[in-house]
Amino acid sequence: MATFHFDLVSPEKLAFSGKVEQVDVPGSEGDFGVLAGHAPLVAVLRPGILTIHGEGGMQRVVVLGGFAEVSAGGLTVLADVADKIEDFDRGVVAARIAEMEARIAKLEPSSELDKAIARLDHFKGVQQHLTGTALH
Amino acid sequence: MASLKDMRNRIASTKATQKITKAMQMVAASKLRRAQQAAEAARPFAERMDRVLGNIASAVAGSDSAPRLLAGTGADKVHLLVVCTAERGLCGPFNSSIVRLARERANALANAGKQVKILCVGRKGFDQLRRLYEKQIVEVIELRGVKQIGFAQAQMVTDNIIKRFEAGEFDVCTLFFSRFKSVIAQTPTAQQVIPPVFEPSKQGGPAAAYEYEPEEEEILGELLPRNLAVQVFRALLENAASEQGARMSAMDNATRNAGEMIRKQTLTYNRTRQAMITKELIEIISGAEAL
Repeated sequence: MATFHFDLVSPEKLAFSGKVEQVDVPGSEGDFGVLAGHAPLVAVLRPGILTIHGEGGMQRVVVLGGFAEVSAGGLTVLADVADKIEDFDRGVVAARIAEMEARIAKLEPSSELDKAIARLDHFKGVQQHLTGTALH
Repeated sequence: MASLKDMRNRIASTKATQKITKAMQMVAASKLRRAQQAAEAARPFAERMDRVLGNIASAVAGSDSAPRLLAGTGADKVHLLVVCTAERGLCGPFNSSIVRLARERANALANAGKQVKILCVGRKGFDQLRRLYEKQIVEVIELRGVKQIGFAQAQMVTDNIIKRFEAGEFDVCTLFFSRFKSVIAQTPTAQQVIPPVFEPSKQGGPAAAYEYEPEEEEILGELLPRNLAVQVFRALLENAASEQGARMSAMDNATRNAGEMIRKQTLTYNRTRQAMITKELIEIISGAEAL
C-alpha cells in the first residue's frame, strides 16, 4: 500500500515522524481518514483518539485539540497534547472535565456556552473511550 | 603591610567564594541539560507550525479577509517590544545582551518617529530598562516562582499580548530573547511576531489551494493565537537554556579566576612567612654574636 510522511508534534515533543499508510484524525467536524495523495487540507482537531496505521501495525494516540495540515509533503498534526494511549494520564482528562463543568455552570447562554459544552462533550467522549478500553 | 593572619583570612575567603562559584556552575550544568532538552523538543513543533502557517498565509495573501493577526493593522506607528530575560543575575552577559539589542531597536524606532511600548517578561530586563524607559514599560510579567517553563506560562504571556493587540494598543510586536546555540554561544535575537514574518518556502511557487474544515476564518482565528503562543513558548525555552549556559560559563570563569587568585595569595603568604622567619633568625644570631 502506498505510504506518505506523517509528523505528529506537540509543544513538548515530536511524538511521531515517519512513513504511514493511513491516519484517522478526529476533526472538529467529524473523523476523517488520510491516505497517500490526499488533497491539500487544513482542519481543526477536537480532543479525541488519533489512529496511525503503519507498517508495524496500528497505534493509537490521544490528542487534545490542535490542527492537521495535509500538503504535498504529507500530513502534519500539531496537537496540544499527544500521548500514546498507554502512556496517557487519565487524571488529566478528569481534571479538565471538572474544571470545564465548573466554568459552564457560571456562563450565560451564548455562543461561548455552546462552544464550551461542545468541548466538554469531546472530553467526555475521550474519557469514555479511555475507560472503555481499560476494561478489556 | 597586612599581617600573616589577615592574609590567611583572605585566602580562606577566596576559597569559600571559589566553592560557591563551583557549586553554581555544577547546578547550572545540570539545569542546562534539562533546559536544553526542553528547548530542543519544542523546536520541531515551532518549526512545523511556522511552515504550516507560512503555507496558509501565502494561500490567503492578498485577500481582504485576512485576519489582523496575520496581516497586521496596516499601520506601523506603535511598536510593542516584548523583552524576555531571566529572573536572576550572575549569568554573565546574558541579560544585558538582550537588553542592549532591545534598547538599540527602541532607539532606532524612536528616531524614526515611532512610538515604543515595552513589555518585560522577567525581572532583570525590567531592572535594566527601568531607568531609561520608565514611562514606556506597560507591564512586567515575572516568572519567579516557575521552576520549569510550561506552555501555561507562554499562554499567559500571549493572552496578555493579544488582549493589548485587540484593544489597539500597538501595531507591530517583536519578541526579544536569546537563541541557544551552545554552552558558549547564545545569540540575542529579535523576532517579529505580529504580523508574523515567514521565511520564503523552499518549494517555491504559490502553495496549493487548501480545503478548510471548518471555515478558513475560523481556522485562522484559532491557529494564529496558537502560533503566537508557540513562538513565545519557544522564546522562553530558548531563553531558559541560554541563561543556564551563560551562567555555567560565567561561573566556570569565576572559579578559574578564584583559583588563580588563591595561587597568588598563597605565594605572597609563604614569602612573607619565610621573610619573617629569616628576620627572626638574624635577630637571634646577631644577638648571640653580641655576647
